[in-house]
Amino acid sequence: MTKWIDVCATSDIDAEDVMRFDHGGQTFAIYHSPDGKFYATDGLCTHEKVHLADGLVMDNIIECPKHNGRFDYRDGSAKGAPVCVNLKTYPVKVEAGKIMMEIGK
Amino acid sequence: MVIVGGGKAGARAIVGLRGYGWEGSITLINAENLMPYDRPPLSKAAITDEAEPLPTSLLDLDMMTSLNVNHMRHTSAIDINRGSQTITLSNGSKVLYHRLLLATGAAPRKIPLEGGERALTLRDFADARKIRHAFATGKSVAIIGGGFIGLELAASATKYGCKVTVIESQPRILMRGVPDEIAGHVAARHASAGVTILTEVSVVQINPRSVVLTDDREIDAEILIAGIGAAPRTALAQKAGLAIDNGIACDTKMQTSDPFIWAAGDCCSFPHPIFDNMRMRLESWRNASDQAVTAVENMMGASRDFTAVPWFWSDQYDLSLQIAGVPGLGLSTVRRNLRDGAFIVCHMDADGRLVGASGIGRGNTIARDIRLLELLIGKKARPSAVQLSDANFQLKGLIKTDIAA
Ligand SMILES: Cc1cc2nc3c(=O)[nH]c(=O)nc-3n(C[C@H](O)[C@H](O)[C@H](O)COP(=O)(O)OP(=O)(O)OC[C@H]3O[C@@H](n4cnc5c(N)ncnc54)[C@H](O)[C@@H]3O)c2cc1C
Ligand code: FES
Repeated sequence: MTKWIDVCATSDIDAEDVMRFDHGGQTFAIYHSPDGKFYATDGLCTHEKVHLADGLVMDNIIECPKHNGRFDYRDGSAKGAPVCVNLKTYPVKVEAGKIMMEIGK
Repeated sequence: MVIVGGGKAGARAIVGLRGYGWEGSITLINAENLMPYDRPPLSKAAITDEAEPLPTSLLDLDMMTSLNVNHMRHTSAIDINRGSQTITLSNGSKVLYHRLLLATGAAPRKIPLEGGERALTLRDFADARKIRHAFATGKSVAIIGGGFIGLELAASATKYGCKVTVIESQPRILMRGVPDEIAGHVAARHASAGVTILTEVSVVQINPRSVVLTDDREIDAEILIAGIGAAPRTALAQKAGLAIDNGIACDTKMQTSDPFIWAAGDCCSFPHPIFDNMRMRLESWRNASDQAVTAVENMMGASRDFTAVPWFWSDQYDLSLQIAGVPGLGLSTVRRNLRDGAFIVCHMDADGRLVGASGIGRGNTIARDIRLLELLIGKKARPSAVQLSDANFQLKGLIKTDIAA
């Protein structure tokens, strides 16, 4: 069964930016891409579990604030050393100005 | 391809070579008897973690195998014959090289006093375990040198309830590394954790359980630590007749004075194109990694300049400090206050060009702005004091609207 969870309003995240979102003991990172789309990934870097929301978004890349590991936040793919494990991504939809994500089981 | 030294630079070079499509042989000559591991945790988590630490591996056995590396552990390179392109190893055997990367790192300086051999130093995993076990006894600790490693160890020692004294000969801690305001912030945090920081004094005598200072004071020092910096490991290069200048002297392409030998990381110095080709040697994790990437690219035939902006971080207690660029080149500063008491000092040169940024704050509060400032430093940008001091001003905008000089 899928369940959509309210995250925030679309206006809460600037374009080309990221926001931290905690839910049910988990932490996520929600992105607003420069072309106006929204994405969600696990909130912690796969290298040393640092909050990615403190990092920098440039185009479709989130850069980890600790050692500059890079991920494409659209598919979670790790873009080379020091990060080699991909980030988990989650489905996101926008309805009536609200961002919602699906966390799964 | 042969690499001497299995630290951050050596390990990154291996991944880089395979990444750039090198299919020939790679030999790693590594003095240590461990797989390549990370050093930054050695003064932090390896000391403070509840569990006995394990080395933070950079390349494990599986990766070494899949990257098809001939890893000679516990083996030192002791001689390079540049004419025949042959390296002599500590076990007497010889290795031929086509292209050679020297990534020998740096070694901690020793205290040049009688009894100085009692002072513990920190560079390798084994050193960290020794220090951890010493701290675990809860005895008194004196740390000679208020630099980054000394201060990180001071912070780590407080976790074991040790009575800690840091002895710094300069007027304040982190004299070379950061501006006054940041050093003051760090010093205050140490004071609140119970660490005593003494400045403008040095050790004149080492006793079995104490040290005596220039002002005749005697300081408890059941455990004595030397944190007085590190010297580049240049002996091998020097013996081979390579140019040395505060480290193995490289050009902007990380090539040494021999056209078949490159160097990367803490062992070498290089002229930095972004800072008027000023020659510098850096001891920084990211620098070791970035230089290795440039070096191997050039070893494979490219001709790329190394232009990465210097960047360093240090963690002490809940504080994280980051430095980008070369703050020492700045003549004036602008302060940027961020949330939760975090702040960044931006350093400008005489022409108003941004040349450095140093920041401190809890967790990663400063990371994003430091990263943006680093990009601006790389672009030789001249942001205004108004823009820099206004935390609500989006630095990202400056990067997009190319304002390079
Ligand atoms: C305790 C500690 C904490 C640190 N914390 C930070 C931090 O918070 N942030 C930061 O940016 N940087 C930090 N650094 C600096 C960072 O770790 C170094 O810049 C980095 O390790 C340099 O990598 P390297 O490969 O040049 O040298 P090293 O990592 O020193 O590796 C050199 C290797 O070469 C081997 N070797 C030397 N000579 C020979 C030979 N003749 N034959 C074979 N092998 C040889 C050595 O045994 C060693 O394994 C820290 C360093 C230390 C020691
Ligand atoms: S913690 Fe993210 S790159 Fe290291």
